[in-house]
Amino acid sequence: MHLAYPAVLSALLFCTGLYGVLARRNAILVLMSVELMLNAVNLNLVAFDAWLSRAAEDTLHSGQALALFTIAIAAAEIGIGLAIVLAVYRNRGTSDIDRLRDTAEGHDPDDPDSDATGREAPAPRAAGEKAEATA
Amino acid sequence: MTLAAAAGTAAHATTTTAAETHGFLSPTGVEIAFLLVGLVTLGAAIITVTTRQLVHAALWLVVALGGLAVEYLLLTAEFIAWVQVLIYVGSVVVLLLFGLMLTRAPIGRSPDADSGNRWVALAVSVVAAAALVWVVADAFRTTWIDLDGAPSGSTEVTGASLFQHWVLPFEALSVLLLAALVGAIVLSRKAKDGAATGARATRRDSEGVR
Repeated sequence: MHLAYPAVLSALLFCTGLYGVLARRNAILVLMSVELMLNAVNLNLVAFDAWLSRAAEDTLHSGQALALFTIAIAAAEIGIGLAIVLAVYRNRGTSDIDRLRDTAEGHDPDDPDSDATGREAPAPRAAGEKAEATA
Repeated sequence: MTLAAAAGTAAHATTTTAAETHGFLSPTGVEIAFLLVGLVTLGAAIITVTTRQLVHAALWLVVALGGLAVEYLLLTAEFIAWVQVLIYVGSVVVLLLFGLMLTRAPIGRSPDADSGNRWVALAVSVVAAAALVWVVADAFRTTWIDLDGAPSGSTEVTGASLFQHWVLPFEALSVLLLAALVGAIVLSRKAKDGAATGARATRRDSEGVR
């Protein structure tokens, strides 16, 4: 197989994930796009391992080992990422990353503040509802 | 030229001359299968990042990841293909769906799924894709993967190399997974039992701020 096929597919998948990370607003959709980028890297690793195990008689199989490590790290990343997103949702009532501007620079401090309190108003209510629902 | 004719000439070329003369315009059957599955994968990935229905995005992600598993099989990496199916399609997508439900994502079309800088993001990704594809295609124009013979990624081969050469990173990874497990539990637990008292406290806080 021509090596350009998996390499080009991997590059295109990576850029698709890049677009998703940059353009999406929901934090979980951003995590999905990160998964796409990680998978593009995995495809590259596997393809180059299949090439080098013959061409260079590589017996380490470093590409496949690193792909497995990437899969495991991606699983850990998605667990932690979702826990963070859920914690942010419980505190703020939204998982929209465009609204999480508390540490943004170059903005009028009144503007995000009033915006934040306006957005935050339903958050404790939602948390309270959740507590009642779980109780 | 039809695909069948292309496959026929490709088979002819591969049978007559073994590995010396590969042609751009004579793809083998594996390459055609890789191309078709790759198109499906790329299309599913593009729908994943552009659809406005959040749950559909997760389901199209399943198609993209499953297509990648097929690509691994075509690259003779069986073990990674099944690990991909188990971990990504099995657990990561389920976790993402749980996350979507727990954050009460809207089920129908949500018009604000994409942010305002979508066109900048599109320009950045198209430029990056053009640059990467150009560089990669130019660099590996004359490189072929030899997929004949014993598979390079069967469970036996992968396991032997993993536990002969990669034992220390493997163990470090298990520690990392344990840390991630504990971290995820701590992150989600604190919010949970702090919800009853913490919600009241934050309400009082926000009223005090106001």
